[in-house]
Order: sequence, then structure tokens, then C-alpha cells
Amino acid sequence: MKSLRKYLDRIKPDFEPGGKFHAFQSVFDGFETFLFTPTTTSRSGVNIHDSLDSKRVMIIVVLALIPCLLFGMYNTGYQHWLAIGATSFPFWHLLGYGFLALLPRLIVSYIVGLGIEFVVAQWRKEEIQEGFLVSGILIPLICPIDIPLWMLAIATAFSVVFVKEVFGGTGYNIFNVALVTRAFLFFAYPSQMSGDKVFVSTGSICGLGEGAVVDGFSGATPLGQVASNVGDTITLTNIVGDKLSYWDMFLGLIPGSVGETSTLCILIGAAILLITGIASWRIMFSVFAGGLIMGAIAHAFPTPDYPATMLTPLEQVTLGGFAFAAVYMATDPVTASRTNPGKYIYGFLIGVIAIIIRTYNNGYPEGAMLAVLLMNSFAPLIDYTVVQSNIRRRMRRLKAKV
Amino acid sequence: MTKIVNIKKGLDISIRGNAVESAPIDVTPATCAIIPDDFPGITPKVDVKEGDEVVVGSTLFHDKAYPDVKVTSPVAGKVTAIVRGERRKLERIVITPGTSPSTSLDFEVNNIDDRTRASRLLLDSGLWAWMRQRPYDIVPNPGVTPRDIFITGFDSAPLAPDFEMMLDGKQKELSAAVALLKKFTDGDIYIGIHEGSCLEAIDGVETIIMNGPHPAGNVGVQICNVKPVNKGETVWTMDALTLLRIGKLATSGSLDMTVTAALTGCEVTEPHYINTIAGADMKSVLKGAVNNDDIHHRVISGNVLTGIPVGEEGYLRFPYRQVTVIAEGDDFAEFMGWASLSPQKMSVNRSFPGHFFRHKFCPDARILGGRRAMIMSGVYEKVMPMDILPEYLIKAIIARDIDRMEQLGIYEVAPEDFALCEYVDPSKLELQKIVQEGLDYLRKELS
Repeated sequence: MKSLRKYLDRIKPDFEPGGKFHAFQSVFDGFETFLFTPTTTSRSGVNIHDSLDSKRVMIIVVLALIPCLLFGMYNTGYQHWLAIGATSFPFWHLLGYGFLALLPRLIVSYIVGLGIEFVVAQWRKEEIQEGFLVSGILIPLICPIDIPLWMLAIATAFSVVFVKEVFGGTGYNIFNVALVTRAFLFFAYPSQMSGDKVFVSTGSICGLGEGAVVDGFSGATPLGQVASNVGDTITLTNIVGDKLSYWDMFLGLIPGSVGETSTLCILIGAAILLITGIASWRIMFSVFAGGLIMGAIAHAFPTPDYPATMLTPLEQVTLGGFAFAAVYMATDPVTASRTNPGKYIYGFLIGVIAIIIRTYNNGYPEGAMLAVLLMNSFAPLIDYTVVQSNIRRRMRRLKAKV
Repeated sequence: MTKIVNIKKGLDISIRGNAVESAPIDVTPATCAIIPDDFPGITPKVDVKEGDEVVVGSTLFHDKAYPDVKVTSPVAGKVTAIVRGERRKLERIVITPGTSPSTSLDFEVNNIDDRTRASRLLLDSGLWAWMRQRPYDIVPNPGVTPRDIFITGFDSAPLAPDFEMMLDGKQKELSAAVALLKKFTDGDIYIGIHEGSCLEAIDGVETIIMNGPHPAGNVGVQICNVKPVNKGETVWTMDALTLLRIGKLATSGSLDMTVTAALTGCEVTEPHYINTIAGADMKSVLKGAVNNDDIHHRVISGNVLTGIPVGEEGYLRFPYRQVTVIAEGDDFAEFMGWASLSPQKMSVNRSFPGHFFRHKFCPDARILGGRRAMIMSGVYEKVMPMDILPEYLIKAIIARDIDRMEQLGIYEVAPEDFALCEYVDPSKLELQKIVQEGLDYLRKELS
């Protein structure tokens, strides 16, 4: 490590103002602080600091996403093998296929997003902020696997520039960057973002998974099937028409956006986030509470007009992006409520609204994304009322004195 | 009457280098310095020249706005330097102790039966400047009658000295001081203590038993949990050591400016207590006490949370009761520290294994990260046992929004109340500086 440190010290002057690479100062600084903890010491106030910094925070969220990422790769392969009517499912082939399918999307998302971050940081003469480390992995995970790369690039660029950078960068945005990326795709390219084709990758990649799609294939997600269901009962099936068990839905071997299908992996991620105390348990808990309660209310009055009312509350929170949104999206501290009482209200309403949209609006098979974005915009209002109650308490005390 | 306050929020930072409780070692300082910045709210007008002979209690400088408020010499000797900085700002007055450094002026202490005479005694002796007031955390304005007086009977900061040792057996002086302070207020005198403290036995005070982690010993926390400061009210604050000093003056008529300070921290070879004089120079204090290694040291006058880094050339600064020496850390290259799983990394976050060990840490002065916007929410609240929304108050201060600051309780806080928030902040914001600037701004705008 000493030689690396010496090397960095040697090339550092080139990146400082006046050096030949001064246009890349923020990039150099980003890499230097990534490799070595900065030696900056406190100049005012406390003389010691806690070891937790925003790099650590972001990397823990990324770690918590790894189970979903790996399972998403495997499931991409699994759905493909299922679609071509395979009878055996070689583990490494499935994972390799999924890896190759997902890798370009990860790379595009990171290159576009981090590229913009680097440029803006240099332009503002600031340090590079770590926020996009998380958004960059979230974006491919919440999109269908077959989304064209150019769409992903445009949506990511739009979101990073207009949702984050114009507000001032990480920590100042009102809406969740990854979710706006998805919302942009959803509204700009609806045909590529929904329907029964996009959620299963059907082509072969690098010779892996060659074969034609079998007859009777339908790539509709369970929620897609629900939305188009006719009749008094619902039977959810997988892509080749076999009945889905509750266990399949929990494990996540169903079609859907890459990272959101496995409730099991999401729960592993939730455990990592909660044990380390990075995500708010108040929000996570109340999203699930809101979803289960609203799901139970809807299920108490089943009607064929709104087929999703026939899902049990447990199915409601297991299917679609609900659990993923509860664990990774609603808990984004920047866009969520920042006061503790506010977090309960914020989370609960996300849960309720997600199920309402999903159940009572047949146009949208899934409501988690819209619910989180909607509540993002209400979070400041919720906080306002909490802060106001603190102020009122203080003012009453003042009045009581007079 | 006793009131019990149980605090759950807060944090006891576990650091190595606690001073062992044994007889303090006497340290005779080579020089002493009084630093006007230690007395916030005072605009100093110097009353001495270089070469003047002074005794304990001689006025060194007074306040421009309230000339009665004086800061006096802690030692008898000769003024050897009056150091000024940029724009002739008075930085310090240095006094070299003479042959009998404790010679004091005699103060009239008999027949102090009203507020005027009591304030005359405190103002003339200079002990007035050792007290503070809320709002603003400044030296009290002599024109204002305090609603109540709050005294903290212990220091809960990391490695803080134990007051009991210094207060035990001084009940007579403490009671005399309380009797004197009673003349200033129609309200009550509150003392915040630990259960079983010798301060429980003092007459005429309301005791508050504070249970819980730091900042239980911060007087601001005690006020906030007992009787918060409202807009338009003034409360005086001090620590029990200042109370004792006032008591000694009231009973003997002479001023005692000796202090007992704890010499603490990882880089102190054998942490111990010393007896010295307020404003003693660090060279004398630290002689032979600091580890002889080749890493950079940070010499802090005070504790690691609120203390001021003064360097080895500096002086013991207000409140004159603790010195901490830790590693500076700027000469230490740590590879990918943000990913570290070392149990030596100190953190409140459970992603660091060190969190689960009960051992003591040796932190250095690095900020261990980069300055960011407020990203994580709810981190400040966890260490703030006051009815304050720290994040919103900080934002109001940054925005210089006076109405909002008032609504969110700026009058109840001092920078030290935000020290733990600043320590735990993953965004590494300079919260104490922000609060200090906010208080200064508010005072300027409203005066």
C-alpha cells in the first residue's frame, strides 16, 4: 500500500490547479479518497469523529442489494430456460446467462450516471458524491431485463440531471433518482415497459441459452395476469402455464423486474440494512403495515371488477415491487420524511397507496413506484406538521408564562 | 426538593486515558495566559501594559459595553506580553508568575446583604466572567435579572475530571456561594448531580438527579428537562467548581485561582490530575507527561468533544479543568478505511465490529470522511436529550431565519449541546461552529 500511496502523492500535483490534468481534479480526488481515508483533521468543534461516513453508508446499501442482484441474474436465466422449454436447469449456465444479460445494463447505468456526477462535481469544484453508487445498481434492478440500452441511458441521464443535479446533488433531491428513472421509462416508452414480453429475456447471449420459445409461453408477470383477469377466481401461473405456489412467489422464480421478484432476497437485504441501522425500521415496518392493512381491506370486499381485490394481503406484499420498494426505495433518507413521527405516517401511506393504485386502478398493474414518488412529494408536508407541533409546544409554554 | 431526570438519548464515548484518582501533582506554570475568546460576549478593553505588576484579582481587561464586567489576573506576577492578532484583536495577555504567585487582592465580603453589593463582589473579583447565561451562552449581562440559576455538579464528557474529589468537604464554601447567588434571582438555584453526590447536602437548592449517558452533565440538557428557557428569559449557568470558587471568595475575601485539572487521553503516558493555575502554559503542564513517539499529537484544552486544540505552545483555557492529548492522525495513511472491519474503528454504527466490543478506543483527530449534505436522517436526535429538532434548527441557522430559529428553540441551546451530534454525523458538518455563528448573528441582529 505504501508504494500506491507514494504513487498517488507523486501524481497529485498534476491534478491540482495549474497541473496538466487539473480538469480531472474531482475524479482524482474521488479515487484518492476511495483508496485512502482522507487525512483531513477537524478544524473546529469536536476533535474526534465517528468512523461512519457517506461512503460506508452507500456501500452497505449496495451490499444489501447484492442478494437481489445475484438472484435476479439467476432468475433471468431460469425464466429464459423455462421459456425455451428446457427440462434441466444447469445452475452456472443460468447464472452466466443472467450475468451477461444484466452486465451491459449495469455498465450503462453506472457510466451515464457517474459520468454526469464526475462532470458536475468538477464543474462545481466539489468532491464527488457517493449517492449514485446506490442509484446505479438500483436502476437495472427495477427495470425489465429486455429494456433497450439506449432507453436506459436516456432515462438515467434525465433522472440524474433533472432530479438530482439541478437541486444541488446528493442530499438535496426531492424525488428518488432511481424511481424517477423508472417512471420516465414507464411514461415515455410504455410499450417497452409493460405487457407480457419485456420481463423475460428470450434471445440467446454469447451462445448461451439457444432455443426457440415454446408454445403457450406468456411472459406476463403475476400482477399483469391479475390485471387482465376475468371471472370470480384468480389462478396465477408461471410463464409456461403451470400454477404458481405461494413458495414460488416468495422465492421469486417468477417473471418481473430483475431485482424485485425474490421476497426472500429482499428480506436478507432488509436484515442487513436494519442490523447496521442504515435504513429506518420505522419506514420499513410501516410500509408493510400499510400494505397488509389495505390489502386486508381490499380482500374483505372482493369484486371481479377489480381482480386484484381477490389477492390475499400476503400475496399483495409478496408480489410485484412492493417489498423491494418498502426496503430499498421508501427508506431512501433524502427523499423520505426526516422526523421520527413523520416516518410512520410516510411509510404507512406508501403501503396503503401502493395497494390502492394496484387494486383500484386497472390501468396500472403495479402501484409501488407511483406510491413512493407521490409520498416523496408529501414528505416535506408531513415533516412540516411534525415540526409545527414542536413549535406549538414551545409557543404554548411561552404563552403560559405571560 | 429533588427531581429525577432519566435520559436515554446520548452517548458515552469510551476512550482510553482516564486520569487515575490519586493526589494531584503540583505544576508551577512558567507563564499564564488569559484569552479573551474564552469569555464570549465581552469586547475587551485592556487595562494593563506590558511590564505592569499584577496580583490575583487585578483587572486585566474590561468589557466595552458594560465596563463593570472585568476579567482579572489568575496569578501574581508581571505582565510580559499583550499579544494582538489581525486588526489588533486582543489574542491573549501573558503573565509571568512572581515569587508568591497566589497573593490576592482583598475583597470586602462582610455585610453583603443586597444584590448591588453581591454583584460588586463578583464583578470586581472577575468571577462574574466565569459564569454564563442562556440565551447565547455568553458572560451574563449585568443589567438582567436571571429567572433561575442552573449549576451542573458533574462533567459527563469523555475522560472528564471527577468533581466529587474537588468538592468533597467544601460544604461551607458551597453553601456560602449559594447564599450569595440567591440574592441575584427570585427564582430557584438548581444543581444537577449524580445520585449520592456530596452536593446533595447543600441547603437552599433544588437538586436534579441526572441519570443517563453524556450529555447528562451539560447544563443545557438539565435546563431543558426541568424548566426550559423561553424567549425573553435569562438563566445563568455555571459548573460546581465555579460555585466553589465563589464560595471561597465569599468566605475568605481572597480570590483562589488555582485549578485541579485532569491530564487525559491516549497519548498521555500516565493520565493523572494536576494542581495548577488557570491559564497555565501547556509546556509546563505537559512536561514529561506525553508519549515520546514520533506521531503528530493534538493537544486539546478541554475534552475531545468541546475542547480547543491549543498545541504544545498553547495555554490551559476556560473552563480550566481538563487537558486531552490524542494522535492528530494527519500522518497516517489508512487504505480504504471506509471498508474497514477492524475492531479498532470507533463508531455508533453496527456495521463496525468495534461497536460490539466493550473495549476502549484511541481515536485520532481525522474527520474520517468528506463533508456532505445532510443525507442520513434521525442521527442527531439519537444523541440529543432535549426537546429540540436539531436538524431543523441547524437548517434555520444556516438560512439565518431568525423567526424560525426562535420557534425551534435557539434560546435553549449552546454549541456544546450539539457536540455529540457533530461527533456522530456521517456528513461531517461543523455543527458547533454553525450554532455558534447562529447565536452570534442573533445577538447582533437583536441588540
